[in-house]
Amino acid sequence: MSVLELRGVSKTYGEAPAKVHALDGVDLSVQAGEMVAVMGPSGSGKSTLLTIAGSLEEPTSGDVLVCGMAVAGMPRARRARLRRRVIGFVFQDFNLLPGLTAAENAALPLELDGVAVPKARAAGLAALDALGVAHRAGWFPDQLSGGERQRVAIARAVVGDRRLLLADEPSGALDSVNADEVMRLLHEACARGVAAVVVTHDAQLAAWADRVVFLRDGRVTGRTARPPGPESLLTPREIR
Amino acid sequence: MSVPHFLLALLAEGPKYGLQLREEFEAGTGEVWPLNVGQVYKTLSRLERDGLAESDGAGSDGRDKTGQKRFRITPRGDEALAAWLRMPPDLTSPPRDELVMKVLVAARVPGTDVHEVIQAHRQYLVELMQQWTRLKEGEARDDLGLALVVDAELFRLDAVTRWLDAADTRLRRAAAEPARPAPAAGSAPAPQLRRLGVRR
Repeated sequence: MSVLELRGVSKTYGEAPAKVHALDGVDLSVQAGEMVAVMGPSGSGKSTLLTIAGSLEEPTSGDVLVCGMAVAGMPRARRARLRRRVIGFVFQDFNLLPGLTAAENAALPLELDGVAVPKARAAGLAALDALGVAHRAGWFPDQLSGGERQRVAIARAVVGDRRLLLADEPSGALDSVNADEVMRLLHEACARGVAAVVVTHDAQLAAWADRVVFLRDGRVTGRTARPPGPESLLTPREIR
Repeated sequence: MSVPHFLLALLAEGPKYGLQLREEFEAGTGEVWPLNVGQVYKTLSRLERDGLAESDGAGSDGRDKTGQKRFRITPRGDEALAAWLRMPPDLTSPPRDELVMKVLVAARVPGTDVHEVIQAHRQYLVELMQQWTRLKEGEARDDLGLALVVDAELFRLDAVTRWLDAADTRLRRAAAEPARPAPAAGSAPAPQLRRLGVRR
């Protein structure tokens, strides 16, 4: 079963003649353990796709299923619970709460979901540990480097038993070596069974994904297959 | 890729045999660029001829008891290596890039959707980048030489995809804008810069 499935999803804003088609009949299916990148230029509809996949916005037409459950028509409270328990978000600018420590930030989604504070904090610490920043648990966001902040943000996105991770340019604010590290950690989260959708305009980021979907003017214009192993690159080539 | 200078760099660490140089060259470049033994010895004999390296063996021809020649860098070789490291590669004139030509041609051929051509190339490049990234995730984690080579390849391919993105946007904008009138006959000639630099 797909963790996320979009079937013929369209989204329009405004009224004719100023109607804008942000998404136009998009199909996308993401399995557990898989990372899919959605790549496209500004205005291609990739952020709209992410907000619809995250049930933050309703499509104009088409179906969105998260873990097999149709999001359309779901009562508001149930949809909010789905977001708290199943979906994690990672943003380019981290979106950590400045007044909370790294551990408190990581544990926040569970606390908001009613999990007892000690249990939520223990889960938050475990998530920080998995991302190699447990030693910063008591630090505040402004005391952390950009790379460390994004690790805390990823810990917050996967804390508990999240199944779907939605990331919007997750390493856009980082240098390329730290960006690699963030993508490696997202990939490791997928290896533990999380399904991830990463939207980006950056080909180097997209190349970390198992599959890449190209979006332009709200439409899918191409898809890569799962890449073959890197052995094909090591075929001897003579040099001069 | 300058094999002679890479070999000089290896000799700057101390005297070495030809086979040893070949192994260290391959290991130092992440084994992405294999080098055959003949090429190593041919390069070493050129370095010797130019006074940049010399063999230091027991025999008169520089061979030791096992019959192998050991090479070391000369002071002139040190100077040549230092100069090469600081010499910028020739990036001043744009190469006549095949992909650029394909996009220029696709924009003119009637019935051809240049954006579809661009997307086909973009997809191929991203697939290639996915393969290099798999290498970065795996073997290159513990191999600094390979990690640097993989990064270089990824940045190179990334630059090409960025150019395709820019070309895609420019062509869309140009199609949406009314055509500009052609310059009148006898008007100012094209700037000299436009005539410069394309490699033949």
